[in-house]
Amino acid sequence: MGFMDALLGRRKQAKPNLDQLFAVPSAAVTLQVSGGFKPTGVGSVCYRANEGAAFATMQDDVQRLLDADDGPAVERVTDSFGFTWLVCRQQPDDLSDLVTELHAVNRALEEAGFGGSLLCSLVAFENPDGRRLGLVYLYKQGTFYPFAPAAGGREQRDNALELQMRGLLANDLTVEPDLSRWMAIWGAPGL
Amino acid sequence: MASSRFIKDRGLTSRMTLVMALIAVLYLAFMALLISQGFGTGFIIVLAAAMAVGQWYFSDKVALAAMRARQVTPQQAPELHGMVDRLVAMADMPKPRVYITDMDMPNAFATGRSPKHSAVCVTTGIMRRLTAEELEGVLAHELSHVAHRDVAVMTVASFLGVVAGLITRWGLFFGGGGRGNNNGGALPFLVIWLASMVVAAIGYLLTRVLSRYRELCADRSGAFLTGKPSALASALTKISGDIARIPTRDLRQAETMNAFFIAPAIKGKSLNSLLASHPPLEQRLDQLAKVSAQLGRPM
Repeated sequence: MGFMDALLGRRKQAKPNLDQLFAVPSAAVTLQVSGGFKPTGVGSVCYRANEGAAFATMQDDVQRLLDADDGPAVERVTDSFGFTWLVCRQQPDDLSDLVTELHAVNRALEEAGFGGSLLCSLVAFENPDGRRLGLVYLYKQGTFYPFAPAAGGREQRDNALELQMRGLLANDLTVEPDLSRWMAIWGAPGL
Repeated sequence: MASSRFIKDRGLTSRMTLVMALIAVLYLAFMALLISQGFGTGFIIVLAAAMAVGQWYFSDKVALAAMRARQVTPQQAPELHGMVDRLVAMADMPKPRVYITDMDMPNAFATGRSPKHSAVCVTTGIMRRLTAEELEGVLAHELSHVAHRDVAVMTVASFLGVVAGLITRWGLFFGGGGRGNNNGGALPFLVIWLASMVVAAIGYLLTRVLSRYRELCADRSGAFLTGKPSALASALTKISGDIARIPTRDLRQAETMNAFFIAPAIKGKSLNSLLASHPPLEQRLDQLAKVSAQLGRPM
């Protein structure tokens, strides 16, 4: 927000930063080796669906494009906040394919002029005990943070695990330094 | 390449710039008059500046205390916090503190001296009446006020009115003992006093016009943030309809807070639209319909 923008009462829509997403596969190796968490092969993109035909058309086109390959179909879920999650599934060991798919969704939204509506991307991980961990990417900040629902607890976060994972991830990708931006994403698909 | 659907409203921007320029011209002309006459108004200006700075600096505390608002934690109001979390993540701005006030009147306001020291407050009445999507539209409107730094802008814009108002009110008291020594050719104090009255009136009208433009700007930015202008439109319709039906006693208590609210708590149509702090509902709905058309258009 520049001085002029404030004075003129307008806000530039924050531009999403997509390239950081390709750092996920190398971070996944670290998570697996040092943290014991393996990718589940599920990833999703969360965005705010805009009203109007332009958005609906774009959304259908993206879904059709991603379903054109022989992999599992892309699923569309709306959460209780009215945000849409586009869920992609790939083989667990094929993380770069998954990231490419997520990136394609982002690119499509951005090119249709809806980049401002992107909220986050999520790649799901799991350890042998069945604990789930989400690696969340915030577009507007271009940073990642780990999100770990506590075992069995209803809407409780395992902060100790999250902070432990932050230490592991810091070498491979930019971790969101402001903890207040580590948004809780209850009910996110794949967690 | 990456593009945005956000289209600047040049008409709105230029009208608002004109109003701000008029305020600045009025400001300078009035100051020039005061200085040229050498009256002892320094004290009044310092006093007014202190008041303005205090008002701006403590805006959040004063407004929240006046509304008897209480801060809520994410545990106490998970849905509200979740909504704000998502909106600030999309808009890339710091998260404001979240307050709730126990009032049946459906309303919401934002306050604070800067985006880092800001707060949003909703009444229990608005949470009960609006759907989640409508409430989100209202919160996006309030967050836009924060991003546009409307508290600071309106404080600066109304500073002149405060100075002129003080001179008008206390003028005869101070004016007699004008410290200026340029007796030759100096206008009688009466002229300054009358000029102050005129300036206070014009300044008041101009800040009201500016306030209405700032509301339209916040509607617009908020609608582009959520991508659902129609949800905000429906919220405004609901709130305005409900406010007109609320008993008068409640309203009088809230009237001093009007400048911060999403919809003004004034009943009836007798109020001159020149003096209104908010644009008429039809104008706001028209603008939101335009935003909706812009979002729906293929690129």
